[in-house]
Amino acid sequence: MSAVQETASDAPAVEAVPKRAMTLGTGTSLVVLALLIAAPLFVKNFVIFQMTMLLVYGLAVLALNILTGGSGQFSLGQSAFYAVGAYTSAILMEHFGMNYALTLPVAGLICFVFGFLFGQPALRLSGVYLALATFALATAMPQLLKLGYFEHWTGGVQGLVVTKPDAPFGLPISQDMWLYYFTLVITIAIYIFSVNLLKSRSGRAFMAIRDNEIAASAMGIDVALYKTLAFGVSAGITGVAGGLGAIAVQFVAPDGYTITLAISLFLGMVVGGVGWLPGSIIGSAFIIFVPNIAEGISKGLSGAVFGVILFLVIFLVPHGARQVAMVAQHMLGKLKKR
Amino acid sequence: MLSRPVFPAAAFAAAIITLASTTGAAFAQKKYDTGATDTEIKIGNIMPYSGPASAYGVIGKTEAAYFNKINAEGGINGRKITFISYDDGYSPPKAVEQARKLVESDEVLLIFNPLGTPSNTAIQKYMNARKVPQLFVATGATKWNDPKDFPWTMGWQPSYQSEARIYAKYLMKEAPNARISVLYQNDDFGKDYLKGLKDGLGAKASMIIAEESYETSEPTIDNHIVKLRASGADAFISITTPKFAAQAIKKLAEIEWRPLHIVSNVSASVGSVIKPAGFENSQGVLSAAYAKDGADPQWDNDPGMKKFFAFLEKYDPEANKLDGSVVYGYGAAQTMVKVLQLCGDNLTRENVMKQAASLKNFAPDTLLPGVSINTSPTDFAPIEQLQMMRFKGEKWDLFGDIISGELSN
Amino acid sequence: MELFTNQILAGIATGAIYACMALAVVMIYQAIDHLNFAQGEMAMFSTFISWQLMQWGVPYWGAFLLTLVFSFAGGIAIERLLFKPLAKAPILTNVAGFIALFAIINSVAGLIWDFTIKQYPTPFGSSPFLGSQLISTHQAGMIGVTVLLLIALYFFFQFTRIGLAMRAAASLPESARLVGINTSWMIALGWGMAAAIGSIAGMLIAPVVFLEPNMMGGVLIYGFAAAVLGGLTSPFGAVIGGFLVGIFENLAGTYIPGVGNELKLPIALALIVTVLVVKPAGLFGRPIVKRV
Repeated sequence: MSAVQETASDAPAVEAVPKRAMTLGTGTSLVVLALLIAAPLFVKNFVIFQMTMLLVYGLAVLALNILTGGSGQFSLGQSAFYAVGAYTSAILMEHFGMNYALTLPVAGLICFVFGFLFGQPALRLSGVYLALATFALATAMPQLLKLGYFEHWTGGVQGLVVTKPDAPFGLPISQDMWLYYFTLVITIAIYIFSVNLLKSRSGRAFMAIRDNEIAASAMGIDVALYKTLAFGVSAGITGVAGGLGAIAVQFVAPDGYTITLAISLFLGMVVGGVGWLPGSIIGSAFIIFVPNIAEGISKGLSGAVFGVILFLVIFLVPHGARQVAMVAQHMLGKLKKR
Repeated sequence: MLSRPVFPAAAFAAAIITLASTTGAAFAQKKYDTGATDTEIKIGNIMPYSGPASAYGVIGKTEAAYFNKINAEGGINGRKITFISYDDGYSPPKAVEQARKLVESDEVLLIFNPLGTPSNTAIQKYMNARKVPQLFVATGATKWNDPKDFPWTMGWQPSYQSEARIYAKYLMKEAPNARISVLYQNDDFGKDYLKGLKDGLGAKASMIIAEESYETSEPTIDNHIVKLRASGADAFISITTPKFAAQAIKKLAEIEWRPLHIVSNVSASVGSVIKPAGFENSQGVLSAAYAKDGADPQWDNDPGMKKFFAFLEKYDPEANKLDGSVVYGYGAAQTMVKVLQLCGDNLTRENVMKQAASLKNFAPDTLLPGVSINTSPTDFAPIEQLQMMRFKGEKWDLFGDIISGELSN
Repeated sequence: MELFTNQILAGIATGAIYACMALAVVMIYQAIDHLNFAQGEMAMFSTFISWQLMQWGVPYWGAFLLTLVFSFAGGIAIERLLFKPLAKAPILTNVAGFIALFAIINSVAGLIWDFTIKQYPTPFGSSPFLGSQLISTHQAGMIGVTVLLLIALYFFFQFTRIGLAMRAAASLPESARLVGINTSWMIALGWGMAAAIGSIAGMLIAPVVFLEPNMMGGVLIYGFAAAVLGGLTSPFGAVIGGFLVGIFENLAGTYIPGVGNELKLPIALALIVTVLVVKPAGLFGRPIVKRV
């Protein structure tokens, strides 16, 4: 009884981000980079750990941005890919003694394949139906991880403890600091890759599909290929993030990868600005730090405070941090003209 | 640098001073680790105040109220307790973050009663590597009693396996031909229990003819009950958390199935489980207990419980005294206070563990008469005793001896 | 064979819960074209309100009616205050709003009424239904009320002016406005009705699952799944979907060896996804025509 016909000239479900606004300007990028590199030198190990998690979740939100903001496919299932990446790393490290750095490409590859395969049946679904399918995946994952069949590898409900690596070559820095810089390098690499992906032909194909799938198909874009590719890439990056997360937290267990994580990543994407890659880190900061702030304000009502803060954010900036950045850019532009 | 004539004198003076400060002043000497000072002891805690296990958050609240009471009464050896409790939402990565925050940022002396097996497993390695006490963890998983590998981690409540073994013993004695069906929660709690049950039955584990697991995301376990009944069992072991235990009791009554019904201690609270499920439906249900139930009128005049009720009235009036978690929090907090009192002025982490590992027959107000806390350097399981009970009328009737569920590790 | 019929009956009994919730889900979908994640929490909160009224001495049916009114008004209020301002915002932002609402309601309910489970009365009694030990009178009552609601909704949408106006506003908003329908208030009305239906679902479900702030979490997932399976444009489909999900889940748990029991929910969801791949608009939904 609702929309019996969708006219594809209606506003698309996911709105486009203008190309030149897709990334930060060179100046801002360098400043942010400098901050990220210098900050750990001045703070305690615990804060370095939090910053590492910031990067890890930032990667996961980035992956979701490529999928939803880039190719318009709605996903509430990223926690499943994150979990697969985390467990891959953990199992390879603990059962096979593989070096932690090598586990990451393996995790990424396995998740890429997994995402690509999941993308196949998802082709026929869109909007709320795709949301349900990805939701199904996210709820299935913790239960699969608990399965008796796999218990020997996964540790079942008890999970697996992961050993944190020391800095190589006997460098005199803490484990946390080493892991942070290691994660930072990977994050920058993936970020540059993602930006280039979205600017490339594949990226344009993604966005064409997002904006108007039928038109894109009519123009000869292989919709099936690109949609599943988007899922694969997104899953792969999330898998790498999961692996890094497992090493940072030193523990994997089914309870850590529930639908709550998928919902948090989704919120991170919205707050950061859908489709705006630099916003991923802001979204990540939101989902890590705002719950802490909410808890500080009121322990009994921490959920409510979080909800209220979230509402305030989406009322003030419905398009997320991207909106803030655009306003700032606009004002800077005005200043420059003077 | 010191010139030659002064040097020997200075050394001599230093020696005198050192000697003076070590002899005869051992009791006046104060030793502190991070988190303890002349005026303050900082205690950390991690609880699920949000998320799927938020029902247990009330334990943290009760403990905070208890420490307020202690502070109002002068503190511990003159020091006030600062109780810092964080929410982990029952998520292991968040628990790791909060533990690190407590230890590295808030600089607590120890972490007390962190809740949840996954969360505690996540932080165990870190706590032991850092040599910070992970004391009286709020989970019944059996693995916390391992002083050899994890000397800084200690449990508190009787382990699930030891409780299950007690039921196994009971079954083998009272119902040796029983056909047992089991409903268990598909997580560490359920699986640990099931293992204890099977180990306890040993060669007679074949008495179990049907097992059903359920997830906490299922709205109701009614269909599992239907299935278990269809197996023809005449005994039903309910390894369930409160909501599902109540559903089970109700469903059993609805379908008029009356097996020998044993419910785990976790769900034995009159206020949180039996009353909502219906007294008339719960007649004859068996369980075991180590603590007194706040809803049970037989303890109304018990001196320990009177103190507990007085505490609630003054420091935590909003608390639901029928909630087993509230009684739990009180008992655990009282144990913590005892350990800190025994530390005296030596508030190093090492001494905290040492005192915790040398409790002898300590009985908090809320434990059953006859049940007490005993620890030793090789025994990191403070409470190991339970007494079985049968529900009759509107309360639990304790019967039999106090049984030790000690495991021969 | 007996086990088979037993599992089907038990599945119908649990399915009634899902069907109830699915009706509320379809209702809101009709109004706003989206699934409201906070639907379950709103239903839970309404149920608590009715419980509180009964604690204060209001008899069951009085509390029931008061709660219905309160929920209806509450639904409209939430839409006007929180979601109307977001009408121009992207859809994903609105979804974030639903999630925020979920967090707020859940947290507030936990604070006011704490997390111990509470018994909730049923007007139908709990004895075996027609002597069957698998379905209680309450569960039979639940199925009855759901069917009644379904019929009422059907009449509302097919034969009343407001119902027709709502359908028009949802499917072709531009045209609806042109004929003088206040589409904005239609959305508010949809929210109100969805909240009211949700509260009925909550009050029917609570006697079975026990009342506590987290009681609707699992139910909502199943409600979504059932609604999608049946077709989001069809209340009838939602109800059938609910029963089908309940039955299938039980059968999967009983007959798929080894993992069937531990993977009940994922298997049920996998089934639904499979159906969707074949019939993208659900079993009874009207197919959506996409035009460029």
